[in-house]
Amino acid sequence: MLMDTSDMICDTYPGEMIGREYMENLYGEDMDRVLHSVVKLKNAVIGNNKQKFHMMSLGVVGRLLEFIQNERAAVGLRTESAIVLGSLAKGSQANVKRLVDSGVVPILLQCLNNSNLKFVEGCLRCLRSIFTSQAAPVELLYTDPGVVPHMLDIVSQSPTTQECICSILAQCCKTSEHQGLLYSNGVIESLAPLLASKMYKVQMPALRVFCVITYTNQIVSSAVASATVSERPLPDLLVELCLRDKSVEMQMSSAKCLTYMCRANALSSQDSKIVYKALPTLIRMCKKDRRLEERVEGAETLAYLIEVDLELQRIASYSDHLIPTLSEFLRYPSTQTTVMDLKRLDYDMKHSYELRAAALMAFASLGANDEDIRKKIIETENLMDHVVCGLSDPVIRVRLAAVRCLHSLSRSVQQLRTSFQDHAVWKPLMKLLQNADDDMLTVASSTLCNLLLEFSPSKEPMLESGAVDLLCDLTKRDDPALRLNGIWALMNMAFQAEQKVKSQILVALGTDQLFKLLSDPDVNVLMKTLGLLRNLLSNKPHIDHIMGMHGQQIMQAIVLILEGEHTIEVKEQTLCILANISDGTTAKDFIMANDDVLKKITNYMIHANVRLQIAATFCISNLVWNEEEGALERQMKLRDMGVQKLLQQLLSSSDTVLFDKVKTALQQFT
Amino acid sequence: MTGLTSGIVRQQQKAKMADSGDSSAAERNNSASETADERLKRIYSMVNEKETPLPRSWSPKDKYNFIGLSQNNLRVHYKGIGKNHKDAASVRATHPIPSSCGIYYFEVKIVSKGRDGYMGIGLSAQGVNMNRLPGWDKHSYGYHGDDGHSFCSSGTGQPYGPTFTTGDVVGCCVNLIDNTCFYTKNGHNLGIAFTDLPHNLYPTVGLQTPGEIVDANFGQQPFVYDIEDYMREWHQKTRVTIESFPVPDHKGEWQKTLQRMVSTYLVHHGYCSTAEAFAKSTGQSFTEELTSMKNRQRIQKLVLAGRMGEAIDTTQSLYPGLLERNPNLLFVLKCRQFVEMVNGTDSEVRGLSARSPKSRNSSGSSTGSEYRSSPSLSPSHHRMDTQRANGKIERTYVTGNKSPNTGELINTKSNPSTSANQDHASVAEMNAVNSVTNGFSSNQVDVEMEVEEYNSQMVCNGVSSRVNDGASTSYMNGCSHNSQHREDLMETDDFDTDKEVQSQRRQLCGGSQAAIEKMLQFGRELQGMSVQLRRQYDKNEANKKVLQVKLHLTDTPVYYKCHSLGGSYRA
Repeated sequence: MLMDTSDMICDTYPGEMIGREYMENLYGEDMDRVLHSVVKLKNAVIGNNKQKFHMMSLGVVGRLLEFIQNERAAVGLRTESAIVLGSLAKGSQANVKRLVDSGVVPILLQCLNNSNLKFVEGCLRCLRSIFTSQAAPVELLYTDPGVVPHMLDIVSQSPTTQECICSILAQCCKTSEHQGLLYSNGVIESLAPLLASKMYKVQMPALRVFCVITYTNQIVSSAVASATVSERPLPDLLVELCLRDKSVEMQMSSAKCLTYMCRANALSSQDSKIVYKALPTLIRMCKKDRRLEERVEGAETLAYLIEVDLELQRIASYSDHLIPTLSEFLRYPSTQTTVMDLKRLDYDMKHSYELRAAALMAFASLGANDEDIRKKIIETENLMDHVVCGLSDPVIRVRLAAVRCLHSLSRSVQQLRTSFQDHAVWKPLMKLLQNADDDMLTVASSTLCNLLLEFSPSKEPMLESGAVDLLCDLTKRDDPALRLNGIWALMNMAFQAEQKVKSQILVALGTDQLFKLLSDPDVNVLMKTLGLLRNLLSNKPHIDHIMGMHGQQIMQAIVLILEGEHTIEVKEQTLCILANISDGTTAKDFIMANDDVLKKITNYMIHANVRLQIAATFCISNLVWNEEEGALERQMKLRDMGVQKLLQQLLSSSDTVLFDKVKTALQQFT
Repeated sequence: MTGLTSGIVRQQQKAKMADSGDSSAAERNNSASETADERLKRIYSMVNEKETPLPRSWSPKDKYNFIGLSQNNLRVHYKGIGKNHKDAASVRATHPIPSSCGIYYFEVKIVSKGRDGYMGIGLSAQGVNMNRLPGWDKHSYGYHGDDGHSFCSSGTGQPYGPTFTTGDVVGCCVNLIDNTCFYTKNGHNLGIAFTDLPHNLYPTVGLQTPGEIVDANFGQQPFVYDIEDYMREWHQKTRVTIESFPVPDHKGEWQKTLQRMVSTYLVHHGYCSTAEAFAKSTGQSFTEELTSMKNRQRIQKLVLAGRMGEAIDTTQSLYPGLLERNPNLLFVLKCRQFVEMVNGTDSEVRGLSARSPKSRNSSGSSTGSEYRSSPSLSPSHHRMDTQRANGKIERTYVTGNKSPNTGELINTKSNPSTSANQDHASVAEMNAVNSVTNGFSSNQVDVEMEVEEYNSQMVCNGVSSRVNDGASTSYMNGCSHNSQHREDLMETDDFDTDKEVQSQRRQLCGGSQAAIEKMLQFGRELQGMSVQLRRQYDKNEANKKVLQVKLHLTDTPVYYKCHSLGGSYRA
């Protein structure tokens, strides 16, 4: 096997001369000589990118593929050819691309059916190099439906097949369809034993496969959670790979896999494997002594793990100085470090935005639910400055993370009143909303909702800077989440607002849009629109003013909703709007003059749902309120309609709230 | 450390030999059935309990009166009145944490938080006052349940972790490899609380209000926190360090490296003839000239003898420009000189005082266990202590100075009026010293502040004991800028330990008036220098480090003196 290649390498024009020579030899008749030259070729290209490129330019790939595909060729020749291809695939990205373009992948996948292990291994090595490169042609793996099952069949044959197949699958599982396909072909049973392998280079890619198949996939995650390896539960095995004397990569991946299983509801967030293993491991990965990539990955995974679980958020908030550790991410690279090493600086700069985004995401998760944690985060030195700066970061991922973080923190009444105001967060936020994509808009407008709450001091300046128009635009979006946020924010804005603001909203939104929203397919949007109406129609002068302008249309819309198929909550909200209208002075006439509506109200008084009964009674009570002008006539009309009798019947209600309302209403009748 | 690492390697090899996949499972099975002894042996496999027993229970002898013990001395309850912090009470474990542990861990379960839950869990050195919660005094460290703060030898805590209360399990881990400590709560690591810990600390708990009950687990029961996983990481780290240690010679030939190591060690410490002989027999060469080595040795001896002035002069004449180039080094040397002046050793004041320099303990046997001082004089630098026992040079350091004479003590006692007179004069000056030293501290980083503060208290205590009432007020004045809280704590001690302090009295600058003045003058110059240095260098990391070094330099001689005087008084 040992070839004397020194003469070729020392040749002054190695490429030209030898290349041609090789090609000629490859086309020779004597198969032994051909094999001999393939081996020589292998030795010539190994570790030499230039040589690889040159050989490929001469068309060596095509000839090698011919050998590989030739069923009658000696298996030795076919194997060596596959090995040379594998070597070529280890070169630059461009080389890999040329191989893919030459149609190497389907041929090699086909060859996996061969019974010679050495040959199959050669093919697998080459495929592994191709699929793990940046230009991996993922879909090619799934073109022939027989490939994946066959791979899983032969996986256990040797350490090389184990290693290569796991690496390929880990790289090629990108969508939930891929996950499903792998799962239905028994990937768990085939690969689970490999987690207990004694070989690191088998264990690690196998673990990676488990990470990619469990990610946001409940079915696969549950199956993994209940799988066993020689009678031990698979999750226990993952915990073992998480032990602190394992490699960092392995600890990270197993913590990640446990995280994915937890978020897919396959493991409880209270499970000790999560609380005492995955969580502390991820927190440890954020620490200063880890590499930047590891810190980023750790923080991102941590953010995902604790995103929706208060208890995990609490534990994380006091574990191992996590908050100060994460806030260091934001200061990276620190200005103090002297700029000596340019390479190092480049590396730092490349990672600094990833670190910032990861830390902000982690803060967003940490502060999602608990006021004390939010306080702790905000009290961290300069942190708010960094969040605000993040809102106008040049990198979009950082901006998005900063908005998420801000959104979490904006759930705190105290913060809205204090630090948010001190930092004038609304300014960069408004700017961000001007031309953001939908992802960004969703989070940013959610934050905006909170900033527009009645007690928030940001409300005023935001109104002045054109928030109303922006929000009205949002209500016209296709994405229901955006419509919801827009209308929600408007609702918050209208709450206890001045007449001026209310008019501004109505003008900007337009009644057409308002009624369009009242027939929105998304019930949440409908609810918030009704909420907006209710907030607009509060206190007498406002009610009369608005009803004076849009009374007709509003009444139409109300009738429409009361007649439609809607939930109790929607109907209740609508009756509340009627109650508000009936609290007006001139507005009362809109109801009194509409027998249809009055009829509906009385019907709801005897509805099976007590909440609707209460709302309807409240409405009546407002109409008959005896201190107001024209009360007597209204009482008479309603008495004629049998409302008083109805009220008396309702006195027997066991619901105390209803009883009180009924009593108040009856007292109004004179 | 060498013993430790080799132990770790051995353990690792053992683990390697066992089936790697199943070894931890086997371990887990073991832990269910193994006895307390087996557990401790396994966790602390490198500890020889015949020499250094592990803490296994609280000590019925080393506790304050208000502490009650039960359940094989593992349960601690409070039985005092618990009115205020003066009623705090602590108990130490029977033994200090053996250094050979590498990593040590114990847990405390809060059985009841009692009235207010003022519980402190931590570590303290032998001799630290037990009428306190751990963390309030020098060489005492604690994590307190009521506020979740950590206390590092100070009356004021730092925000550290969550609060803890009934039902919680709080763990304390001492890492003797990097001298840090972290706590855990219910199995969650709270992060590093203390760094630069001395060795030979005892597990300690302190309680302060009635009804407080805590149970300790020194490893007899499985721990809530997975400490073995933490140990595993350190074993791995150590192994990797050893494995990846670069060998500059060919293919792992260690001989040359080892020889070079010995040779540079000998040269560095100025063992000229040995170095010469060694170099000859191993075919190595060293560049430094013999005379230079001898010169360095001479300076070293002067420094070790406390004759700082001479040491500085010699350095300046032999290596002109060296100290000018290293103003920080000069500053450190001068700080030390100031300390030596105060205790009368330095040559600047030595000529002026009637007596020969104050002695240093020559026995070298001052282990922590013999040392009991009042808390206000507390610092016993155990770390220095152990280093001394290990290193070779430090042993030669203890030169045969004159031992303290008891005659002198009797003398001052029998003439109280004269000495009081003399001291009244010096009280005023002492306040001046205070302001000088305070001046330092305000200009220095935090670490140093404590040293300075502490020094000034040392001096003042000496004074106040002599003049009793008259002086103690001015002492308080002198100290009050430092820290209100601290002063509060100090107060009680002053009276408690007055007697002890009196017995340990020594004279400032060897008792010479002229020397005192000179010392004060020197102190002022030193302050000027510190201000200037700060202006020049701001606070760079190196400077900080230098000042930390100084902390040890200034502390140690004092400790030694206290010990030797105490000893002679008892005799």
